[in-house]
Amino acid sequence: MTARIGVVTFPGSLDDRDTQRAIKLAGAEPVALWHKDKDLKQVDAVVLPGGFSYGDYLRAGAISRFSPVMATVIEQAKSGMPVLGICNGFQILTEAHLLPGGMLGNDHLHFICRDQKLKVENAETAWTADYESGQEIHIPLKNMDGRYVADERTLDMLEAEGRVVFRYVVGGAFADGFGNPNGSLRDIAGISNEAGNVVGLMPHPEHAVEPLVGSGRTDGLPFFTSILKKLVNA
Amino acid sequence: MSRTPLDTVEHAAETPDVELPWAELGLKKDEYERVVEILGRRPTGAELAMYSVMWSEHCSYKSSKVHLRQFGEKAPQSDALLVGIGENAGVVDVGQGYAVTFKVESHNHPSYVEPYQGAATGVGGIVRDIIAMGARPVAVVDPLRFGAADHPDTKRVLPGVVAGIGGYGNCLGLPNIGGEVVFDACYQGNPLVNAGAIGVMRHEDIHLAKASGSGNKVILYGARTGGDGIGGASILASETFDDAKPSKRPAVQVGDPFQEKLLIECTLEAFAEKLVVGIQDLGAAGLSCATSELASNGSGGMRVTLDDVPLRDSTLSPEEILMSESQERMCAVVEPSKVDRFLEICDKWDVIATVIGEVTDGDRLEIFWHGGKIVDVDPRTVAHDGPVYERPYARPHWQDALQADDANKLPRPATSEELRNQVLQLVSSPNQASKSWITSQYDHFVQGNTVLAQPEDSGMIRIDEESGLGVAIATDGNGRFAKLDPYTGAQLALAEAYRNVATTGAKPLAVSDCLNFGSPEDPAVMWQFAEAIRGLADGCLQLGTPVTGGNVSLYNQTGEAAIHPTPVVAVLGVIDDVARRTPVAYREEGQLLYLLGDTREEFGGSAWSQVVHDHLGGLPPAVDLERERLLGEILISASRDGMIDSAHDLSDGGLIQAVVESALLGDKGARLVVPDGLDAFTFLFSESAGRAVVAIPRSEELRFTDMCGARGLPAVRIGVIDGDAVEIQGEFVLPLSDLREAHTRTIPALFA
Repeated sequence: MTARIGVVTFPGSLDDRDTQRAIKLAGAEPVALWHKDKDLKQVDAVVLPGGFSYGDYLRAGAISRFSPVMATVIEQAKSGMPVLGICNGFQILTEAHLLPGGMLGNDHLHFICRDQKLKVENAETAWTADYESGQEIHIPLKNMDGRYVADERTLDMLEAEGRVVFRYVVGGAFADGFGNPNGSLRDIAGISNEAGNVVGLMPHPEHAVEPLVGSGRTDGLPFFTSILKKLVNA
Repeated sequence: MSRTPLDTVEHAAETPDVELPWAELGLKKDEYERVVEILGRRPTGAELAMYSVMWSEHCSYKSSKVHLRQFGEKAPQSDALLVGIGENAGVVDVGQGYAVTFKVESHNHPSYVEPYQGAATGVGGIVRDIIAMGARPVAVVDPLRFGAADHPDTKRVLPGVVAGIGGYGNCLGLPNIGGEVVFDACYQGNPLVNAGAIGVMRHEDIHLAKASGSGNKVILYGARTGGDGIGGASILASETFDDAKPSKRPAVQVGDPFQEKLLIECTLEAFAEKLVVGIQDLGAAGLSCATSELASNGSGGMRVTLDDVPLRDSTLSPEEILMSESQERMCAVVEPSKVDRFLEICDKWDVIATVIGEVTDGDRLEIFWHGGKIVDVDPRTVAHDGPVYERPYARPHWQDALQADDANKLPRPATSEELRNQVLQLVSSPNQASKSWITSQYDHFVQGNTVLAQPEDSGMIRIDEESGLGVAIATDGNGRFAKLDPYTGAQLALAEAYRNVATTGAKPLAVSDCLNFGSPEDPAVMWQFAEAIRGLADGCLQLGTPVTGGNVSLYNQTGEAAIHPTPVVAVLGVIDDVARRTPVAYREEGQLLYLLGDTREEFGGSAWSQVVHDHLGGLPPAVDLERERLLGEILISASRDGMIDSAHDLSDGGLIQAVVESALLGDKGARLVVPDGLDAFTFLFSESAGRAVVAIPRSEELRFTDMCGARGLPAVRIGVIDGDAVEIQGEFVLPLSDLREAHTRTIPALFA
């Protein structure tokens, strides 16, 4: 038996098909979920994909958190269902208060699309178990509002509890994927909730699952194999 | 509030002497008289609005039509062409039941007035053309040309244009996989913002813009109609800029990419359920264009109630509603029994959809407002029977002097030191420098099928995950070459795009073009235009790649100063398995570098002559399309049979530019030897056409050179991939770190 992983389509979702493909490549069964539908079709986990959910003219993710599907996602996430938010999905998770902090516009004020170097800080969440702690990976990044911010106390808490899951790797050539691409505090690229079942990050693992397309690397595939193993072995 | 009486058809017939503002709407006197003759009375205000926008240069192609005919007359025999010129976009058969539609359009004038919105709505318009054919858009490309890189106004225009393209395209979820960025002072007041898009569908899903079947409903869906963009086509895109006239800002439309994304999804869902008889997007000339084109392409007439059009501003007059170019709107013709389902799908995506009329038995387009008939015309006279001009043209008096000013006689570097410095000067010049600061503002990953994107020679998209079938697209144009000789310049643009597609391993199939020129009222410009079209049509015939459609942008001139004639050519190719694609980057040390083709002393219009001498003169490189075809075949065979690991076409900047790019992308150096019979300068900087550099694993060398020998393509070994520098033996060594610094610093330093 395999796991059923839901992918929510908001009207402005862009990477929903890519995410479904990544789930399939990992060996799980992708299930399409619709934003107007409260029913999660008995999925075992949910991915909120990238995009501009409702246009994001107000603030990225601000409207999405009030959508019917999110009511159920919030409820189930609180009772332990694994949820992954990618880019816009991460923004939605912070707006929904499933994850602390929030996202501001990139410090350089431009959209940025590149293959980004990340360090896996926590390989024990539901979505990162197939990585090694401290491993450095390349994952495509593409966003306008990717600057992670939170107050100092929250940042200290995240660090102390090991909830910083990914950090941008600084200290190398920008052209090689190094560097903080958006001004995120403490170079944070992704975080988790206290229980570790909810993870959000700005980069796009679904664009790094096949050697031929996207970034040409497969560094993103472990996201989807991690969750599959966890669900199947549960 | 008092209103003037409604100008109905009846009222117009009774008041023949009423003065109408035809001149303000851009019509010439004889054109207005022709409208009166067609109708047998004066037009109503609404009819005048429709004729004025539809007969504008932008919509009617009145100056270019007589020349554009050559694309049809000289069209090569091609089994690949499913839909040709005249529809929203051409459609090409790429095999396995798939069809691909693609097109390039201009949004030049709006992008100068308001760079962000002008460029954004350019993307929106071309994407709607693609969905109107029944296809899912899969990629966009953006050939851009700006004034001098260091001019203060370029710093206003370029960042706005780039942000607009990104802001719109990124939000639609379309990977941006190609295009160009060129700087030249001739584009200072007239930047060229061209936008191309590709869509994929199954053969059976092709849709056309026609309204057939009496009783079928006409549904307007998408955004509400507002006051933006009124006269965009007639006023903005069909006249030269003139300081004396008031600001044209209100004529630029404002884009809403989220609305367009919804429009894409609900249109494709309606197609999938076979709900649509005919479809047309609302672009230039808005409802005037959509209703008259749908009606004139179909079998019957059409009746429209304008009161039913959802408005953003309730004070709009009927004339304004007909002329508005509000974005993100489409018009579908749907059988009555399927209307409910169509509206349901629109509702699912929260898209406003309204039945505004129906197809009738007659042959008239009738439009009603507040119960009165305000339009009663034969739709063909609006959409297709616009004026046709045989504009006078003449070879400009300065052409001979320009060609006599031979670039081959410019002073060349005298020492190795000077040669080395000129290489650094070249690769760091704005035109040759890395454009990654620009392209990194575009999403090229979305949809998960991007195989190649800028700075590769062509963008490549996988269209079938099982078989690996893919398509490639490249756009090229060189205004400097075209200025020296428009006929040859157009063929060089075609040759380069063709070569770029073949270099990545794809077989070139078809062509779209965006023809950017100055004012057609200037005989010199008209000559450039006529020559360029003649060159392009002859070239397409010879290469067997039909022109499937495109766009003409005239009046790209400020006062007396026209832009360089700039035909931009897009070539679409197909590759059976994208796993066989050939990238630009060097992959493995020890592989051998071969130069394919003939290198001659050709420096007219070259990047070297521009960067080092700020010179434009002489003749452009010679074109040999048979050679291009042969080179293409060799590159495609070599890619298919795994003989080459990297390939890069040689064009502006010559061999050294190509080698530096491949080396930097692969982070591997190269050691080169100047081949016998060439001097180092010509070897490095010549821009002879029909050439490429390939990297060959040693195990494949013999097989590859045998193939070239047997087919008669000159192939000379010029070096090896090695080390962390580009070395020209006996001349200089340039470390990759220096080259990278020179190549990547320029654009961010100017615009970041």
